[in-house]
Amino acid sequence: MPATDTVPADGGGPPEPPGDASTEMTSGLDALESQPPGRDASRRALAKATPPLLAVAAVLVLWQLAFWLGWSAELPAPGAVAGALGDSLADGTLLPALGQSVLRCLIGFGASAAIGVPLGVLLTRVTVLRTVLGPILSAVQSLPAAALVPVAVIGLGPSEGAVYAVVLLGAVPSIAVGVAAGISQVPPLLLRAGRSMGATGPRGAVHVLLPAALPGLVSALRQGWTFGWRALMTAELITATPLPGIGRMLAEGTAAESMSRVLAAVTLILAVGVLVESALFTPLERRVLHSRGLTGR
Amino acid sequence: MPPKLATSTAATTTGTATAQAAPPPYAVKLDHVSKAFGAPGAQQLVLDDIQLQAAPGEFLCLLGASGCGKSTLLNLVAGLDQPTAGTASVPFGRPALMFQDHALFPWLSAGRNVELALRLAGVPRARRRTQARELLDLVRLPDAYGKRVHQLSGGMRQRVALARALAQGSEVLLMDEPFAALDAITRDLLHEELTRVWFERKLTVLFVTHNVREAVRLGQRVVLLSSRPGRVAHEWEVDLPYPRRIEDNGVTTLAREITGHLHQEIVRHARH
Repeated sequence: MPATDTVPADGGGPPEPPGDASTEMTSGLDALESQPPGRDASRRALAKATPPLLAVAAVLVLWQLAFWLGWSAELPAPGAVAGALGDSLADGTLLPALGQSVLRCLIGFGASAAIGVPLGVLLTRVTVLRTVLGPILSAVQSLPAAALVPVAVIGLGPSEGAVYAVVLLGAVPSIAVGVAAGISQVPPLLLRAGRSMGATGPRGAVHVLLPAALPGLVSALRQGWTFGWRALMTAELITATPLPGIGRMLAEGTAAESMSRVLAAVTLILAVGVLVESALFTPLERRVLHSRGLTGR
Repeated sequence: MPPKLATSTAATTTGTATAQAAPPPYAVKLDHVSKAFGAPGAQQLVLDDIQLQAAPGEFLCLLGASGCGKSTLLNLVAGLDQPTAGTASVPFGRPALMFQDHALFPWLSAGRNVELALRLAGVPRARRRTQARELLDLVRLPDAYGKRVHQLSGGMRQRVALARALAQGSEVLLMDEPFAALDAITRDLLHEELTRVWFERKLTVLFVTHNVREAVRLGQRVVLLSSRPGRVAHEWEVDLPYPRRIEDNGVTTLAREITGHLHQEIVRHARH
């Protein structure tokens, strides 16, 4: 049959505006098919906070029981550990140490994000980089921080620089790999829709690609923070230099053979990790997922 | 992305307006368009010498079974891909595109989705919100502005997608089986909405579907494409007055005739 390129005339009269019946059908169907969003923020916040608090209480109770029953000669009472924390607070070493470590981790994490995020984006854009650097980053990621400390110390000298190098090596690969994974999981249809709307190049990245990859981006940063914090503690503990920090408190506790002081430092390390996780990353992740309808409730 | 072909001949897509002379008599024109995918030597021809034209304001339905290259054809018209041979001309600027999946951005509210399209189309910030609300009113979703995509039903999502497509300010709307995933009741209502919007906005619509009745109910003209490779096999003027209904006798009769031809096209591919 012929492929015509003639332009046909109007194939019928103009459509009449649809009547009220169809308007009402439409709005009725809309009402039937959308669920009202029901949520009670304060009650859910309480429900969220209860299990972790119960867990802490259970640990403390078991610990106290273990102490009373004398399960281990080395085990101090929870009160003794609290006392050690109180002592270092009183002699003015606790807060500076805490501040130093957190500050170091923030700087290290910030630098890692500044390197890791663009690196992750590049990994998805440049094939050569992906094939060469991808496996290397994965390999470095699986390396324990403790193995990197001596390398950094010999390479950079026992300095603050060595500590940062260890943090970067711990956090950058994990952020880059996570960001790359987040970007490659963006549905191609969204990118196609963006391109058809004129969102190409940098505009496409800003308006479509990055927001679409945001859930992956946040979890990459979260993992980067965790890796960075762990690497920092390892570095502070192992470097022979007297850098003030929680890792140093740990080292001093070990040197003094004081289990209370060691456990006090461990508690602090744990508390910082949990606090940043639950105060920053978990709410951020929940918000990002919730706004996209990706969480159950 | 398909690899670029070494044998590519005159593969140009005319983007924006040509001259200030008389407006062209067509809103979309495919001139001997062919498209092949695959490495040189092992190419697979998807579209073969397509000659197709849509007049400004025309509602044109493209019908075909799987493998007729419908989506490829729309990509060429949308400028997302280049023809291997021939030219695809869209003199009134970049067409808007709608998909089977709504493809709305889940991180934005319905209203913000529309506003992003306005922004990318160069509408100044001050006018975006008003225009977005007007467009949502047009698709009869006046309350959807602040709603998240996941809070909307399938039919509502497609209407927001329609509003977003209209926000691009294009006179040409390309639709790639936009209602295929909807239930029959919703689809019927959306047919009505689309017809109304098409008429009110004086759009040129290229509507791809494999639903014969849908094509006849909507289009002023139905073009049947053959499969593997896609060629223009047949075409019908749909001389039925609007508003039409899917159960109209005229629609049924013509749909039956077209279905006969569609089946012939499919049977040609049967193994004997």
